[in-house]
Amino acid sequence: MIKVTALAKSYGNRPILSDVRAEFSSGHLTSLIGPNGAGKSTLLMLIARLLAPTSGIITIDGTDIASLAVGDYAKRVATLRQRPDCNMRLSVEELVTFGRFPHSRGRLTAEDRGAVNEAIAFLSLEPLRNALIDEISGGQRQMAFLAMTIAQETQCLLLDEPLNNLDMKHAVQIMQALRTLCDELGRTVIAVIHDINFAANYSDHIVAMKDGAVHAAGSVSEVVTESGLGELYGLDLEIVERQQGCLCNYFTQKGKTR
Amino acid sequence: MPSREVCLGVGRAAVKRATIPVAFTALCLVSLTVGVNRMSLMALASLSDEAWLTLTASRLPRLAALVLTGVGLATCGVILQHVVRNRFVEPATTGGLEAAKLGILVALSVAPASGALVRASLALGFCFAASLIYVALIGRLQVKNTILVPVIGLMYGSVLGAIAEFYAYSRNMLQSMQGWLLGDFSKIVEGNYEIVWLVLPVVCAAYAFAHRFTLLGMGSDVATSLGISYRAMVALGLLLVSTTVAATVVAVGAVPFVGLVVPNVVALRQGDNLARTLPSVALGGASLVLVCDILGRLLIYPFEVPIGLTMGGVGGLLFLLLIVRQRR
Ligand SMILES: Nc1ncnc2c1ncn2[C@@H]1O[C@H](COP(=O)(O)OP(=O)(O)OP(=O)(O)O)[C@@H](O)[C@H]1O
Ligand SMILES: [Mg+2]
Repeated sequence: MIKVTALAKSYGNRPILSDVRAEFSSGHLTSLIGPNGAGKSTLLMLIARLLAPTSGIITIDGTDIASLAVGDYAKRVATLRQRPDCNMRLSVEELVTFGRFPHSRGRLTAEDRGAVNEAIAFLSLEPLRNALIDEISGGQRQMAFLAMTIAQETQCLLLDEPLNNLDMKHAVQIMQALRTLCDELGRTVIAVIHDINFAANYSDHIVAMKDGAVHAAGSVSEVVTESGLGELYGLDLEIVERQQGCLCNYFTQKGKTR
Repeated sequence: MPSREVCLGVGRAAVKRATIPVAFTALCLVSLTVGVNRMSLMALASLSDEAWLTLTASRLPRLAALVLTGVGLATCGVILQHVVRNRFVEPATTGGLEAAKLGILVALSVAPASGALVRASLALGFCFAASLIYVALIGRLQVKNTILVPVIGLMYGSVLGAIAEFYAYSRNMLQSMQGWLLGDFSKIVEGNYEIVWLVLPVVCAAYAFAHRFTLLGMGSDVATSLGISYRAMVALGLLLVSTTVAATVVAVGAVPFVGLVVPNVVALRQGDNLARTLPSVALGGASLVLVCDILGRLLIYPFEVPIGLTMGGVGGLLFLLLIVRQRR
């Protein structure tokens, strides 16, 4: 379990996050939602230790994350950034193999190769195995980086907008893959997801952020309500409950957006 | 039974893989036999004393210096490119070389009788400090433009170069400085080049840390989340680069372009995974230096053109070709 207590982050005098409290339970998929600039990425990067908090504590299974060595942390938490800005000439397979680095430290074992092959198969990247990551499409790149994160085989995965650039089918495929990670492998997944319908239909919990603080948190039915989401995004919306799941319609607005 | 096509394919791949090592070996042999002091393989075979003396006192040291310089400069070029995350940098374009010169000047003026080791140490110290400052400078940059990064390096380098020249001028050392500024292998004999062997441990370290240096190229966030202490690795990378620059400048002078051209050609053909490409980078660097040295020895035979000049021509041309081909 990852627990965030009284977390604050500011750049200079400008507070970005203030007094954030949240819990992310083990073996569950938690979606982080909220408007642009709410501080979702900042929170995720703080948990990933890619940013240092101004104040506050983050614990993983009761241990303060600041007390863990970089190498050990990489065996427990894997991170996918919002925009992986890597323009190296590596094949998809090589990239995914780097996901094993925390375990192999460069010396690959049969187990490492197995994990790489599994991650590639898991996201159906087989046809792209030898393609260079600077010569494939944006969505394919996104999948390749996600495969690298999965190959890391950590208890916890932090994914910043994993559905970026993906078409409908691939988005569904990724969400199903994340569910499999939680349900069958007991992984803890925290993902920033902008598409409220994906968040509502695939998550166990939702943490909604607004203006650098937690606006609402809880199970899907607690957070995904017409009034709650309306207030979060400043939109009129309608939630349609169907047998296959719920559908949030915000495409047509009565007047100008608030 | 494997089909004929598969056999052919495997054969072709093997030939392709063997190209660089074979070319490298051939160049080494040519390098040993070219020179004013005629030395035929026959004379060697007949164990003539004179031929053996030429070989061990001059030709072999020169070959060793050439190979080590090429291997070292190409390797440290590729490391620097991963650290800075830019394909167009090398120590000669990021102030490292100028800082090393300054270090040597300081050593020469403070302790004129000092040996190669003292000069190399000061060069290393200056080069390392200058590289750290450059990397910090680039880190503070808001927009990391591919062109801006090397341009800043060039400007930074010319500031350091101006300081070095001013220092040399004020101590009446300008002329001697221009002497060793230009890379030159013609004065290499047994006893005056050994400092360049420092390149060997550097290259070994580069191999040992190849995966980590590749990760540096993927940026601090990816590297950190895969369990690397980013700053420590950057410092180690710059230390390796500075050691190579210091050792080569003290032994043979400045040799431009190797660290720029070779890694770029290799990256185009084999990618950026250093664990796989470092052997090609190293041998490619050595081969390029050998070619330019042989050219320099043959162009106005029996005189020699310093390698700084031939490399400037050949390397510069290769680099232009590379850029033009990339644009297409
Ligand atoms: N390096 C930085 N320096 C200063 N301010 C920053 C920096 N990084 C982010 N911010 C600010 O922090 C706020 C939160 O940014 P963050 O990236 O966490 O938002 P987000 O919720 O992930 O938004 P999005 O949905 O657009 O990705 C923004 O207002 C942004 O301007
Ligand atoms: Mg974000």
